[in-house]
Amino acid sequence: MTITNAPKRRSGSLAKVEARQALGFASPALVGLALFTIVPVVLSIVMSFFDWPTFGERTFNGGANYARLFEDPNFLPALRNTIVFTLLYVPLSVVFSLALAIGLGPRIRGRGALRVLFFIPVVTPMVANVLVWKMLLQPQGLFNGLAQTWFGVELPNFLADKNWAMIMVVVMSVWQGIGYNMLIFSAALEQLPESVMEAARIDGARGFRMTWSIMVPMISPAIFFATIMTMITSLQVFVQPQMLTGGGPGNATQPLVMWIYNQGFKFQDLGLAAAGAWILFALIITVTAIQFKAQKRWVHYEH
Amino acid sequence: MSIDVAESDTRTLVTRDGEEHVEVERRSGRAPMTPWERVRLVLAHITIYVAALLFMLPLVYAFFSALKPNGEMFAMPPSLFGSEIRWSNFAEVFEYGPFWTYIGNSLFTSVAGTLVVLVVSTTAGYAFGRLRWKGRDAVFVLFLATLMVPAEVLVIPMFQVMQWFGWVDTYQALIFPFAFGAFGTFLMRQFFRGIPYELEEAARVDGAGPVRTFLQIILPLSKSAVAVLAVFTFLSFWNSYLWPLIVTVDYNNLGTLPVGLASFSGLTGTRWDLQMAASIISMIPTTILVIALQKHLVKGIAMAGLGGR
Repeated sequence: MTITNAPKRRSGSLAKVEARQALGFASPALVGLALFTIVPVVLSIVMSFFDWPTFGERTFNGGANYARLFEDPNFLPALRNTIVFTLLYVPLSVVFSLALAIGLGPRIRGRGALRVLFFIPVVTPMVANVLVWKMLLQPQGLFNGLAQTWFGVELPNFLADKNWAMIMVVVMSVWQGIGYNMLIFSAALEQLPESVMEAARIDGARGFRMTWSIMVPMISPAIFFATIMTMITSLQVFVQPQMLTGGGPGNATQPLVMWIYNQGFKFQDLGLAAAGAWILFALIITVTAIQFKAQKRWVHYEH
Repeated sequence: MSIDVAESDTRTLVTRDGEEHVEVERRSGRAPMTPWERVRLVLAHITIYVAALLFMLPLVYAFFSALKPNGEMFAMPPSLFGSEIRWSNFAEVFEYGPFWTYIGNSLFTSVAGTLVVLVVSTTAGYAFGRLRWKGRDAVFVLFLATLMVPAEVLVIPMFQVMQWFGWVDTYQALIFPFAFGAFGTFLMRQFFRGIPYELEEAARVDGAGPVRTFLQIILPLSKSAVAVLAVFTFLSFWNSYLWPLIVTVDYNNLGTLPVGLASFSGLTGTRWDLQMAASIISMIPTTILVIALQKHLVKGIAMAGLGGR
């Protein structure tokens, strides 16, 4: 992090004035950071070592919350559900949005309007998206209705079957989030140097070969970035299962964040919820670190 | 609806000062299309348009379902139209629940939150990106470190802090706690650092201090970056669900649109027609925003998504 256009060192008194004014400029952010990030983070660590009901006595209990996590009948399933969701969602989302971004190349008519179309669910309140899908997935909903009318096939009751429920949470989420990564990839593709593409063309690269051997490696930093961000958000999945299946059937689609929410705000056990949240944080950090380690193998940087 | 993000034969290059130079690709330099290429282009169009149709099917079907009488939602075989077109369903949403209140709350908290974020991010971005002071980079690293902490870790203690402040069920609680994230500061700092120093040199020589430089030189040059941050912040406030769900109890008076919509769907259990109408209503403002500001959106994703350059 070097500053290229920094001025020459100025005399002491001026520098002092500047430093004072700089603090003035930074103060709103610093106060906010202290009040709304540092205090809560510290407090969160403290809470996770206490019996901390929403109302009433708080007592220190050592690491008992962390031990209790693993005795909780719903915690490990929630951890598993979050991991399963992430493993299904991230590759699907990245592959589809990359295919879309490449498909919406400069020669496609109306690509601007199409991009907006794919982006609409991204900016819609998630609850609205989920309600729409909930209607479609009803036993008498559109999907089953069409299957029966056209093919005479009775589809399973998607939201009541524990395997189908998770699959549908993933499908709905992929549909909802695809536009965001698509725009990231489109932006990256538009910045590809024309000279490289021209050289590849002269060398006879066409179609699939061009896409797979030239375009994808050239935008691999953007793919890496999108994969990490998508992974982080998918480990925090909450609204889709909460509204679509209520975490059910049983606890088959209850993810970690929903478990945290239930512990803290349904069962008023803030200490246990805080401990669960730190497990989530550890999971996110671990996954991100692994990603950064693995990037050397496939991400291609220009310099 | 004919919209162009980037006109199909041009490339938009955004320069530091936010001006756009449109550079026409030299199409003429390319060989003319062979018949095979022409066929492939037609096939590509067909594939893309079919995919777009399938993609839009849920929303289109939801819209038409919102116009059906409630008893015909799940009629077999499924059809787009019921026995009548009931526009009154949309009106009934507003009679059934305090829907105007939800929309008003969302609008107010999103606008107020966005203003807070803009003020905080631009001032802090300026301090970190253009001014020199002791410990600047160390503090900035601390800022960046906070980006790693997921909101879920913060909401539980934040709720406790709100109780201590007596802020549960207040507008402050919806606006302030998550308006100090480091993301905006980071974005602004990156952008400000790219502005050539010579531009403010002259003003400095004339005796302008940091405050005037910031207001009269840096901010006017950063309109596009500020607009991008504003759009993204507004959308994230407008759509946030977990925190409002936790910190408001009195949904009828303080519910934001996502929370209101969720409680509305609990309220209207079997009234799928109203739920669909309410969902469609809640999509309209953001969709209009995206269509109106799509150029900024693409630019913003490129900026935020590719290292804020």
